Amino acid sequence: MASHGIKDQVAIVGMGCTPFGEHWDKGADDMLVDAAHEAYASAGVEQDDIDAFWLGTMGSGVSGLTLSKPLQIDYKPVSRLENMCATGSEAFRNACYAVASGAYDVVMAIGVEKLKDSGYSGLTGSRPPSDGTDSSLTAPATFSLLAPAYAHKNGLDDETMKEVLTRIAWKNHKNGALNPRAQFRKEVAKETIAGSPLVAGPLGIFDCSGVSDGSAAAVIVRAEDAHRYTDKPLYVKALSFSSGPATGALDPSYDYTTFREVRASAEEAYKQAGIDDPRSQIAMAEVHDCFTPTELVLMEDLGFAEEGTAWKEALNGAFDLDGDLPVNPDGGLKSFGHPIGASGLRMLFECWLQLRGEAPPERQIDSDKTLGLTHNLGGQPGACVSFVSVVGSELG
Amino acid sequence: MRGIIGYGTYVPYYRLDRAKITAAMGAGGGRGHRAVAGYDEDTTTMGVEAARNALRSSGLTPSSIWFATANPAYLDKTNATAIQAALDLPQQTWAVDSGGSARSAEAAILGARGTSGISMAVISDLRTGNPTSNDESGGGDAAAAVLFGDEEDAPVIAYSLGLATSTGEFLDRYRLPGESASRIWEERFGEQAYIALAEDAIERALKEADIALEDVDKVVIAGLHSRAVRSLSKIAGDKLVDDLTGRIGNPGAAQLPLLVASALDNADPEEIILCVHLADGAYASVLRTTDAIADYIPFSTVESQIEKGSDSLDYNLYLTWRGFLDREPPRRPDPDRPGAPPAFRSEDWKYAFVGSRDRSSGAIHLPPMRVSMDGGAVDDMERIRMADTPATIATFTVDYLAFSLSPPTVAVVIDFDGGGRFQAEMTDVDPDEVKIGDRVEMTFRRLFTAQGIHNYFWKARPLAE
Repeated sequence: MASHGIKDQVAIVGMGCTPFGEHWDKGADDMLVDAAHEAYASAGVEQDDIDAFWLGTMGSGVSGLTLSKPLQIDYKPVSRLENMCATGSEAFRNACYAVASGAYDVVMAIGVEKLKDSGYSGLTGSRPPSDGTDSSLTAPATFSLLAPAYAHKNGLDDETMKEVLTRIAWKNHKNGALNPRAQFRKEVAKETIAGSPLVAGPLGIFDCSGVSDGSAAAVIVRAEDAHRYTDKPLYVKALSFSSGPATGALDPSYDYTTFREVRASAEEAYKQAGIDDPRSQIAMAEVHDCFTPTELVLMEDLGFAEEGTAWKEALNGAFDLDGDLPVNPDGGLKSFGHPIGASGLRMLFECWLQLRGEAPPERQIDSDKTLGLTHNLGGQPGACVSFVSVVGSELG
Repeated sequence: MRGIIGYGTYVPYYRLDRAKITAAMGAGGGRGHRAVAGYDEDTTTMGVEAARNALRSSGLTPSSIWFATANPAYLDKTNATAIQAALDLPQQTWAVDSGGSARSAEAAILGARGTSGISMAVISDLRTGNPTSNDESGGGDAAAAVLFGDEEDAPVIAYSLGLATSTGEFLDRYRLPGESASRIWEERFGEQAYIALAEDAIERALKEADIALEDVDKVVIAGLHSRAVRSLSKIAGDKLVDDLTGRIGNPGAAQLPLLVASALDNADPEEIILCVHLADGAYASVLRTTDAIADYIPFSTVESQIEKGSDSLDYNLYLTWRGFLDREPPRRPDPDRPGAPPAFRSEDWKYAFVGSRDRSSGAIHLPPMRVSMDGGAVDDMERIRMADTPATIATFTVDYLAFSLSPPTVAVVIDFDGGGRFQAEMTDVDPDEVKIGDRVEMTFRRLFTAQGIHNYFWKARPLAE
């Protein structure tokens, strides 16, 4: 029994991504139509050419009908998936495996979330009836647990920790300002970020990702068929997923400065892709910066920074657009926004643009490296699911 | 010889400085403080805390619980069952309520005293009055538990030499179901009625005890009719036990057992204590302490709990907690009500804070799990109650967005002494004072009420020194 991966067996040949934001004038149906048809056009296919669909959404609909009805899909298989905030990546992963298995020639992975119809702040969701003892903490509060723990472990005072978190938000806002599809397209001064109203622990409003609506889609085919659709396919090098035992809140050995699930999924992805030094081998990474301390901790969990050094690397700009390893060049969840089911595919969309040299010139990364990484997380520190993909513009 | 074999009390953390009422309203208030139950407390949770103190002081296990309150958390549904469950007592325990009036305290006390085996009276009250009223400033919140048993159960620390009661039907104070404030008839009217009833009961109790008033060492006089209490106090002279109203207010039904506990906290062997309660009649009991009182160490005395209270509570927050001020709620969904079947299945966890310990690895699971997180053993767990185990804060946060009657919500990840971790809400704490490494203990609270269901569970609070 072993995990083998499907390196270079399948490729993305077309993608679509709606602008993310507060789309008062669009429902989930509209965004699905927009993203799907942009992806069809990008791949040069018609809807009838798609053999099967994987739809990711956390709460904007149930069943395959959520997609087949607005798109008027004629009696094709549509799977509807949910894996918390990693839902979009989960749709992509399963779609890739379906192609690799030989079951289908052409498939679509599509994700959508319509969050802004709820009228509430932050994320909400319905849970099954419970005994009432589950934690009622909001998402920012659960992720804010990382901040004092990381600072305590690495000997950072509160001011330095706040400066590190602020620098991460500032960087992602700066990148998002260069992205016409991003929810927030303005640079934000560090003083504004640091002085924003507190939401949880040391986290202010500007430490949180944007709550937004959006959809993103990918067309996936066998690698050997890819050049029938595009001259510049994106090959799937690695797909990994880790669902943890959720014992962080039970296990005294967990110190809230890491995501064990991320480490497991990163190790598996690097094995599949043949990566031994991600920091030097990857051109860019899109990571799950739901809150600023998450991105900080991820830099160490993904092997982009040595243990205990991510805070220094973040401060000295290693992960800036022009840094050693650009992280979230499209603005990330922070600035691009986080429509749950769409986010994983949105990350791949930035790899699609960057590795094909099609990002807007002002944020196009100039690199001779051909690999991009996406990392997508669902849950909270100590109890989460983690997805890592590696994609590349060349075979081998 | 049947008598008191243990007791415990609970005075909540918060104090309202009565001057804050006067400052805000230009009326009401006065000098001193009243005790205030937190936004996450009710008479049931305070009863649990008092009972825990009684059981931790005495090491005893009661076979019946007699709960009384004038402010029940539920009607129709018995409240004593939650107390029984929170104390992790077996289903053979008989847990019943008597309630509605301050006088129901007497039913709990005499019921427990008159039942065979170890019986516990738990009396709890939460007093609210209209803003600026005497009840608002003069009321208080507290609970007390008294264990009764025979010499073969445990050393009797005090027993009754004589007891007498009287009953009067007259309008003193009254409250329709659902109302938050009592209505009170002219005080001078009630005073004359009470004095006559009290003199009769006291005379008969002393006669049965064969004790002259002059031979009594201490006198406790409890009752919500402050004018009658004050008038009757003249018989006690310097033997009167401080009724604590200046420091915590009058906790209604709980005042009699709380003051008796306060007297016992400081009692010597062979003391004679006359205990009087004025509530729709009079109750007079002549207690005598035994040599065993010297060996009874309360887990937490009334005095120590009064001392550690915080007077930081602002009047506007008090009014919010009591439902007189509606704040703008967070833009978040209301909490879901707990489901009855899931709560039933997890009674040991939800009410008694019982986790599971892997027999082979020793790993403690909170909440309990069937499959061990350490080694994966399946269904090889033993139950372990963590309610009385202190813990240390591993990390924490303050949630300004979560739904709460009193935001922000403080959340802590705590590691228990001897193993086990839990992520808990923290209560009775200033959010700015929480630090990694702080010591905490568990307390039984009402997290919220949704669709008529009180969601009871455990929270962490700073460990009492």
